[in-house]
Amino acid sequence: MSISHTLLGLLETGPRHGYDLKQTFDQKFGHDRPLHYGQVYSTMSRLLKNGLVEVEGIEPGGGPERKRYAITDAGITDVAQWLARPEKPEPYLQNTLYTKVVLALLTGRDAGELLDTQRSEHLRLMRELTRRKTEGDLADQLICDHALFHLEADLRWLETAAARLDRLAEAVRA
Amino acid sequence: MTAAALLTAEGLRKSYGATAALDGADFSIAAGEIVAVMGPSGSGKSTLLHCLAGIVPPDAGTVRYRGREVSAMSDAQRSALRRADFGFVFQFGQLVPELTCLENAALPVRLAGASRKEAEGRAREWLRRLEVDDVRHHRPGQVSGGQGQRVAIARALAPSPRVVFADEPTGALDSLNGERVLELLTEAARESRAAVVLVTHEARVAAYSDREVVVRDGRARDLAGAS
Repeated sequence: MSISHTLLGLLETGPRHGYDLKQTFDQKFGHDRPLHYGQVYSTMSRLLKNGLVEVEGIEPGGGPERKRYAITDAGITDVAQWLARPEKPEPYLQNTLYTKVVLALLTGRDAGELLDTQRSEHLRLMRELTRRKTEGDLADQLICDHALFHLEADLRWLETAAARLDRLAEAVRA
Repeated sequence: MTAAALLTAEGLRKSYGATAALDGADFSIAAGEIVAVMGPSGSGKSTLLHCLAGIVPPDAGTVRYRGREVSAMSDAQRSALRRADFGFVFQFGQLVPELTCLENAALPVRLAGASRKEAEGRAREWLRRLEVDDVRHHRPGQVSGGQGQRVAIARALAPSPRVVFADEPTGALDSLNGERVLELLTEAARESRAAVVLVTHEARVAAYSDREVVVRDGRARDLAGAS
């Protein structure tokens, strides 16, 4: 999962302090692995340097945690591009896909379209593997089957997510 | 819609009572193309297949096959079209239990007016290709699910249809048998340049197609056409 894109996407819903960002990230995406403060600040300074966020204000008291960050137009474009780009199909993608779906819902984008684009990408690879399997020997078949079963599991998750988008939208916006 | 579209549908609507099964679905398939129609249960994919094949008339919208409007044809014309140009494979082979596998596979060719000898000759050729020639004298109740489904595919392909409609053709088979049936179906369709409308909710089945159309809430989304 891309932490910088995720933090950037959260900033698209409104300016926040670094501390807020960490809290929101942990609550929505960091169930097993909460972020370290250091990761938030190093990511923010990189995003600042690249012009994807700006400092909207600094509260008295100083220190990096008092900076209020806001996303820039370039940052919004960057989030849009990341969400629209399908992930390379590989096993155990659900973290990244879940993050993308939630961010699309939070920022008012079409999460259904994101899932459709990802499904197409998965199926493209599944077709390639199926072709390789039907033309190959038993070893090819077994290797391709392993990849196909994993991709199929991801796709099942996609279908389940697609069927629950309305409920998920309510939950993440609550 | 592609320029060489063989079968197209535009704005299809179909309700059963108060339930809208199709709510403005579009579709197109070219000669020799294999298109998977995907979507969750109850999304309207089987209704789309039934409308495309002229089994069920849509409430609104048009279906065109080689330029002719199927939705405007009489029942008799649609039946003639299904017999001459379309082949069908369903989840449970739906073979006639009183006939042998050979007689089942030959049935559509006979109905189209061929002699018994000619019809059975063509049916046998397909039974051989689908690796079930050895059970040709058995009745459907005496063969396995996988064999029965291969006989059903032979029956669908024997009259040389231009379009094969397959509705969850491997839904009742285990994974290995299902894959072999799909390999044989798609191979045979490609060799005979038949288009295949493959309705499935399984990605592994859809992976045998050239592209997919996703049906959700009665609307069909053609992802390849949209890009």
